[in-house]
Amino acid sequence: MVPLPYYLTLAAVLFVIGVIGVLIRRNALVIFMSIELMLNAANLTFVAFAQEWRALDGQIFVFFIMTVAAAEVAVGLAVIISLFRLRKTVHVDDIHLLRG
Amino acid sequence: MTFTQPTIDLTAVSPLLALLATAIFLLLLPLFFRSAGRALLAFVAVIGLLISGVCLFRIPVVPISGFDRLLLLDPLAIAVHGALLLAALLTLLISLNRVEDEYLNYGEYFSLLLFSLIGMMIVTSTWNLLVLFLGLELFSIALYTLAGIRKMRADSVEASLKYLLLGAFASGFLLYGMALLYGASGTLQLNEMMLGIEADASTLALIYAGVILLFIGLAFKAALVPFHMWTPDVYEGSATPVSAFMSTATKAAAFIVLIRLLAHSELAIRFPWPQLLIVLAVLTMTVGNLLAIHQKNVKRMLAYSSISHAGYLLVGLTAASSSGDQAVLFYLFVYTAMNIGAFGVLSHMGVSNADERVDFESYRGMGYRSPFAALCLAVFMFSLSGLPPFSGFIGKLYLFSAAVEKGYVALVVIAVLNSVASVYYYMRLVVNLYMRDPAEELSLPRANAGLKAALFIALLLTVLWGIYPSLLTDLLAGISRPLP
Repeated sequence: MVPLPYYLTLAAVLFVIGVIGVLIRRNALVIFMSIELMLNAANLTFVAFAQEWRALDGQIFVFFIMTVAAAEVAVGLAVIISLFRLRKTVHVDDIHLLRG
Repeated sequence: MTFTQPTIDLTAVSPLLALLATAIFLLLLPLFFRSAGRALLAFVAVIGLLISGVCLFRIPVVPISGFDRLLLLDPLAIAVHGALLLAALLTLLISLNRVEDEYLNYGEYFSLLLFSLIGMMIVTSTWNLLVLFLGLELFSIALYTLAGIRKMRADSVEASLKYLLLGAFASGFLLYGMALLYGASGTLQLNEMMLGIEADASTLALIYAGVILLFIGLAFKAALVPFHMWTPDVYEGSATPVSAFMSTATKAAAFIVLIRLLAHSELAIRFPWPQLLIVLAVLTMTVGNLLAIHQKNVKRMLAYSSISHAGYLLVGLTAASSSGDQAVLFYLFVYTAMNIGAFGVLSHMGVSNADERVDFESYRGMGYRSPFAALCLAVFMFSLSGLPPFSGFIGKLYLFSAAVEKGYVALVVIAVLNSVASVYYYMRLVVNLYMRDPAEELSLPRANAGLKAALFIALLLTVLWGIYPSLLTDLLAGISRPLP
């Protein structure tokens, strides 16, 4: 069996990659993917700890996170599409009507 | 393995059920009756809110925790539910005045508003991390959609995208924090964490990291500096009633969760909260006010002012006492009335032309053209800047005196100085209203009944709570902190 710290390290690395991705990438879709990476890091952590504590609630939490993430992506892609229709771009640097 | 059926307590969820039924009904109504107009939909929504309010009043004062401890209705939760219902009611009424958006589907709009209200009510009445997360996402996703509800306007959609990306980013932090806290304690109940664990170094590290990440996620929602960057853009781009709702209700929900995290959980004892909160309070107040001074756009000014008000609320939170919590709740009520009122007048100004006439200059001479709206706006500005006899003054008094009781004198001095500085930009608007001649012919359409009702309620509450604060403080007296 793989010991707990391995899972946690992997999750932490995924989380950091996600955060860096959000901060440095400029394409709205790629930013979205990076956010999903962060959520999956949380998922992995939950599952690993649920295994460690021999409890189910952590595992159930993961199902809810996946569902909510799907809902968030559905709304997010809809917003990105409607922005693309209006502005013909998905790069966040080009999206700067609001400034002051 | 034994399975115990959770206790199902319908009294506890009756306000939520009433809202849920109304929201679904509003979504379906335009499908079956194409002629169902704005007024009918709003009427249904208002009825739903009132029923929910009545159900809330019928909940007994003793704390209920139903559904196998997933739901908690203590005086804190019930009080903030009142503030949230008030925010939703006023937002609904001022939304009725927005006639220029012919693409707007009011059935969707009102039901999204109610869904986000349900999410906020769930968030504020639970100890369970899973329920907390679900409620938070429920109101966030509804608000992302509401921000971009005017889908033919680039600025509205841009606001929605910015809010969504940063909100989801914050959710990532929040969730990872929750995962670490779960790992450290083995429970999802926030109030049971750390009980029965003799914390070794690694557990403590997990808890610290978890609490900090959770705090960052909440600070995004509450728009605390340095997690405030999204606020002005999102408030400016969204429809004005939506901005009004976001600035008041979201703040209320986030602050109640912060109170629970800081005050009622075992986690609080082991964490240097006062120092952290003082730094954040000073930063939030000062940055919000400094940036507000430079704004030319009134809506953006109100966005920065809402950041600085989050700072004042943090002062009350720093006090970490029952009176501090009561002061926070009092201020949330007061802020809801005066801020939604101010946004309501703004939304009326924006109606007359497509690109939202909201810079300071366009308010010149409004006091003579539409006296009632101008009077309301002036009162809300006086109250926001904290001048007596309006409720904003009393609210700040409570917040600051709660902090002084605990000896945070320097913090309160900074807060008062900030409050004085903020008078400048609020008064600039009032000067424009009354002491300047109108540059052009102001051709404001007549305000509709919904907006008038909302302004009247907001004005009444702002003045009344300022003169008779005991009307509100009596309701909040049940809120207390457990002794450490």
